[in-house]
Amino acid sequence: MKAWEVRRPGLGIGGLLLRVDWVLVILLTLTTSVGFAMLYSAAGGDIQPWAGPHALRFAVGLAVMLAVALIDIRFWLRCAYPIYAASLVLVIGVEFVGDVGMGAQRWLKLGPLSIQPSEIMKISLVLALARHFHVRDEREANRWPMLLLALALTAAPALLVARQPDLGTAAMIAAGGVALLFLGGVSWRVFALFGIGAGALIPAVWYRLKDYQRDRVLTFLDSERDLAGAGYHGYQSKVGIGSGGEFGKGYLEGTQSHLGFLPESHTDFIFTVVSEEFGLAGGLFVLALYLAIMGYGFAIGFMARNDFARLLAFGVTFTFFLFVFANIAMVAGLIPVVGVPLPFISYGGTAMLTLQIGFGLVLSAKVYRDVEMEAETSGRPAGPGSIAAMR
Amino acid sequence: MAGARNRAQSIRRRALLLGGVQVGLVGLLGGRLVQLQVFEGERYASRAEDNRTAERLLAPQRGEILDRRGRPLAHNRETYRLLLVPEKSGPIDAALDEIARVAVLGPAARERVRRTVRKQPGFEPVVVLDDISWEEMARLSLAIAEHEGIFTNAALRRIYPLGAAAAHTIGYVGRVSRKDLDRSDADSLLRMPDFRIGKTGVERTQDEALRGAAGKRLVEITSTGRQRRELGRREGLSGETLRLTLDAGLQTFAAGLFGPETGAAVLIDVESGGLLAMASSPSFDPGAFHDGIADRSEWQALASHPLHPLSNRVVSGQYAPGSTFKVVVALAALEAKVVSREHRFFCNGVHELGTGKFHCWRRGGHGHMDLFQALQQSCDVYFYEIAQRTGIDRIAAMARKLGFGEPTGVEIPGERGGLIPTKAWKQDVRNESWQAGETLIAGIGQGYVLATPLQLATMTARLANGRHAVLPRLLARETVPELGIDKRHLQAVRAGLAAVTGSRRGTGWAARIQEDGFEMAGKTGTSQVRRISTLERRLGVRKNEDLPRRERDHALFVGYAPVERPRYAAVIVVEHGGSGSKAAAPLARDLLLAAQKSGTVAS
Repeated sequence: MKAWEVRRPGLGIGGLLLRVDWVLVILLTLTTSVGFAMLYSAAGGDIQPWAGPHALRFAVGLAVMLAVALIDIRFWLRCAYPIYAASLVLVIGVEFVGDVGMGAQRWLKLGPLSIQPSEIMKISLVLALARHFHVRDEREANRWPMLLLALALTAAPALLVARQPDLGTAAMIAAGGVALLFLGGVSWRVFALFGIGAGALIPAVWYRLKDYQRDRVLTFLDSERDLAGAGYHGYQSKVGIGSGGEFGKGYLEGTQSHLGFLPESHTDFIFTVVSEEFGLAGGLFVLALYLAIMGYGFAIGFMARNDFARLLAFGVTFTFFLFVFANIAMVAGLIPVVGVPLPFISYGGTAMLTLQIGFGLVLSAKVYRDVEMEAETSGRPAGPGSIAAMR
Repeated sequence: MAGARNRAQSIRRRALLLGGVQVGLVGLLGGRLVQLQVFEGERYASRAEDNRTAERLLAPQRGEILDRRGRPLAHNRETYRLLLVPEKSGPIDAALDEIARVAVLGPAARERVRRTVRKQPGFEPVVVLDDISWEEMARLSLAIAEHEGIFTNAALRRIYPLGAAAAHTIGYVGRVSRKDLDRSDADSLLRMPDFRIGKTGVERTQDEALRGAAGKRLVEITSTGRQRRELGRREGLSGETLRLTLDAGLQTFAAGLFGPETGAAVLIDVESGGLLAMASSPSFDPGAFHDGIADRSEWQALASHPLHPLSNRVVSGQYAPGSTFKVVVALAALEAKVVSREHRFFCNGVHELGTGKFHCWRRGGHGHMDLFQALQQSCDVYFYEIAQRTGIDRIAAMARKLGFGEPTGVEIPGERGGLIPTKAWKQDVRNESWQAGETLIAGIGQGYVLATPLQLATMTARLANGRHAVLPRLLARETVPELGIDKRHLQAVRAGLAAVTGSRRGTGWAARIQEDGFEMAGKTGTSQVRRISTLERRLGVRKNEDLPRRERDHALFVGYAPVERPRYAAVIVVEHGGSGSKAAAPLARDLLLAAQKSGTVAS
């Protein structure tokens, strides 16, 4: 026991704030500043309409993040399943009352707010699975009922989102779930089995794809297939990145973005603006920022003293990584065009808030690193293999 | 607790594995960036540059066309236009209403604007009013200064100072049509929306010289083609200024000869072949085609007009030359030595060949005729006789020597070659053998023989100068071959032609120049448009004036002046004008007199 832990019961809000991982907060703020600068550029050198609101949203989200961070992690453990259930209801909700945008039902309007339940679900699923694998040993985690429950928790939202149809987000939800299954100790054999099953499903999935989705995949496989149509975005994005060279064309000097050749330069394709105006140096700087953030998330996971905190930190970090990878791989032409924003840099509501909540949870794991978790869950039914047995 | 520790170890181990994968994938992204930006950077940079820049053409100023003294026949005048940019002007109808409050804007113009707006991107300006005066422009600019997206600017418009008087020769410019694109070189200028191309006349044949070379502007564009700024500019090269042989004053005079009649007039410098005037009647306003589509109905009206105002009769009208062709037959006979200039034939009004009867225009006959008298009085029987002795092929050879039977190559499009029949021609084309009677008909310039007014002018010029086989030209001076006809024979024919207007018995006496110090020589021609049947002849040939217009004879006159050392040759064709001596000769007289007075060709 370290000295400061003794003082734990007496910690006020100031003390808790001191335990927040401020370097991580600063890294996120720094990334958002890059976003601010790039949105300023994407608007042709104007705070409006994106850069200003982006900063404002980050500030609001920062408050939410700190609030989440200061809430006892045991509360989050307790609420994991209810939050998941609520998110699932919202995802189902868009099936009926969602706004159709870009050919898919993704948005749910609640008063003045437009939210994407599928975004929320990315974090909710991590919470639920972290809860699921908390204080279970591997043998137990691999028992079929447990395994099937974990699978169902993952598959339900993924399939629902895929039906919207938003394959990019569905794939991210599924990937996040699978990562948690892996971290939770699910046997290699099970993964092998899934791999084979998924491979067998590819033809069926292909058959069920919408035309535009098939177009995107075909376009990706043959990048010069249809430059004026389906291949236009990807091609112009590659031209934007490539033409940036080592050090870029200079801030506000990007021709691809400023002359309108690059679509969605303020949302999904903002990394192209970074690469065009700041070149390889700018792109690598952004990647380094992301690696640093991921590093901090990992560190918190490693230092965590219980399974829930560990799984939560690793899971949120992995989800964050998925955003980064999917977006940059897409704009760089490594994977088909999917609608995934670049965390903290792209303009867009829900994704940033989602990740801020996620990092709030990670910070909470750090702030409440020393709490006794096992005791908190002992009274709750946790399926076969009681917590008492683990003690 | 050992289990819990193992569990923690397991999660950490797997997290490390997963973290390794993540770091690897981020590394892959970095590698991809290196690939795109370092190894393929140059390729993408050039593609971005292609995206970003576009070459915009700058239209060169079209070259001017001047007459021989430097007076303009076609030039460019700055005119003003009112334009509208749809994306800035707001709703089109409201904007047009605004304009209609201060200017005349008809429903057709409104419809044209609306149509154009639908076709092109919103940032491209649309011409609302074209060719407005400076005063009007100033007034409109003031009146609509408030309204964004409506503005005036200056543009060049092709002006033809002689108007209809020279329309056929100078031609006109108009919008580039699909046909123009197919015909022409691939000059990208032609694709400019406001570009005008020469459609007929010199404007068309000299289009490439007049056009000049396009300038270029390198502009930065957005993905929608909107211009952002100019990156560079290279001025174009203005078109060449062309100086024609035409004389603006004489051209106007020639065009004014016809009044309501239709026909053609040519005035040519006999030594150089330079064309001083060439007029075709009726004519049209060459400025009317500037705007293309808007003028389509006007064009339709002209194209379908029964008198064919668009056709240039000087080069494309083919007429039986009638008695003017006797010059050819006389020279052919003299050169073939089948007659001498003193040889006489007796004309009793009719020449019989086998069962055929060939009448002289003078029913009672002319009596004894030598070459001089036969030309003077245009005796048909004399020419039946010598044509028969000479034979069609030698007549045809002489005709070709004098410029008939093929286009002269003048710098005007649409020229036709006329027709000089030979035995071989008839066999080839008609698959019939030549009839002896057809030689007689050809001997008086009827039958198959067809000539354009320009060919008649060529013949007259060659006869008048006596030495060079000149070609009618508006521009170039080529060295031309010797004519190769015996001087004494030419002199004999010229003597006959001098008597046509120079003696009381001549067919052109009434149309002689009566002003002291001026004179002319020439030959009348009256070419039959309809056949006169034997029955009709017996009942008495109807007077030409009694026939419907389209059946009346064409009146022709070829002449030159002065009689000694000629400088000008003139040809007049008056379609359905009746007799050459009454309808054509006076016009030729006026033209030759005007030419001599103008002194436009130095002696």
